[in-house]
Amino acid sequence: MARLTDFSDSEREHHLQKIRDLPDFGTTPFVAGPPLRQRRVAIVTTSGLHVHGDRPFQMGSADYRVIPGGTPADRLRMSHTSVNFDRSGFQEDVNVVFPLDRLREVAAQGGIGSISDFHYSFMGAAPIRSLEPNARKLAGLLKRDRVDAVLLTPV
Amino acid sequence: MSLIREQTAAIRPPRALWVPFMLGRPFGAPGEPDFQRRVLRALLSLFERPSGPVLEDFREDAPPTDAPTEAFACPVSFAAAGAKDGDLAEAMRDEIAQLAPWYDLAVRRRGRTTVGISGLSLEDAANHAAAFLDGAARPDAMPGIPAGVALKRACDDLKAYYYEAAAAQPGNLSPRAIDNWFWRETAAAKVFLAIREICQHSKDESLRPLGLLGLVPRYVTDGSMTAQSGARPT
Repeated sequence: MARLTDFSDSEREHHLQKIRDLPDFGTTPFVAGPPLRQRRVAIVTTSGLHVHGDRPFQMGSADYRVIPGGTPADRLRMSHTSVNFDRSGFQEDVNVVFPLDRLREVAAQGGIGSISDFHYSFMGAAPIRSLEPNARKLAGLLKRDRVDAVLLTPV
Repeated sequence: MSLIREQTAAIRPPRALWVPFMLGRPFGAPGEPDFQRRVLRALLSLFERPSGPVLEDFREDAPPTDAPTEAFACPVSFAAAGAKDGDLAEAMRDEIAQLAPWYDLAVRRRGRTTVGISGLSLEDAANHAAAFLDGAARPDAMPGIPAGVALKRACDDLKAYYYEAAAAQPGNLSPRAIDNWFWRETAAAKVFLAIREICQHSKDESLRPLGLLGLVPRYVTDGSMTAQSGARPT
């Protein structure tokens, strides 16, 4: 479904333009790390999720929101500013965007070591370069929390 | 995780799983825990790769959501198709009232709602949006918040209400069916389109972006919204 060939001309051009606007990320870093069953996993989503009562995202927001691991689904809201993706799935089931229940199941089966106490949310329609300062700060926080596996999930 | 493969290939991250799902559903489908778990396990398995970069494709399509058209009867039609500008706000309020039992059912079934970004009641959100139609003085329902931000949040709440109500109706409507219904048949969509045009010419810098983005999807403004067969909410 999310194949460029399935998009309308204007939608396809929008996404191709994003490729043209990408910064040069240089070389690709790669770290092997410990076995998956020992890793501590966090989710960093760009879906504009936040806990109800936290500040909603605005157009261009490049900051992030903290989602404590124990947040019930009924407390999650989505204030991503784009209207160009489906929200009905999230409205029905948070896990289609933010699979914390599935991650708990995998952890309970020993598939991963543990789950971080905190997860994080950005609003993915922010200008890509504006995200870097907060992304770097967040990387430091994740290290401090002993997280060694981060799921970067889009929407 | 990647939803648009070409972008991820250009970024060259150390590990990525491309999934062939619609935008907005990175783990495939709601209410499909087994499928979601397969996607998650495929994603997690990339951590065990000894070298990279890795860009792998998830080979399964999401479980289908399209309902058979004969499964849904349409006993009532909204009056939006014939509504003129002066009637639009009232037509939208009427729709909201008609959808209330379905929205309530959706909240009961799901135990949650995604309405609530604006902090306004739905009636106030509707009034806030409708106030832009006649070019009158802008309502200050959210003091200290720029007009464009407040309007966007009110409209997002309205749309979430319509979509949650529609999904609760019989017929197990697909996302595309709900999109087509909302944008083709509701007064709320006509209100959004009218507001979008007003924002394009606004002197308020916080409103002008809503004239381009943030209210109406590109597939509506570029005329590419696909035709959808029979099933639709009421």
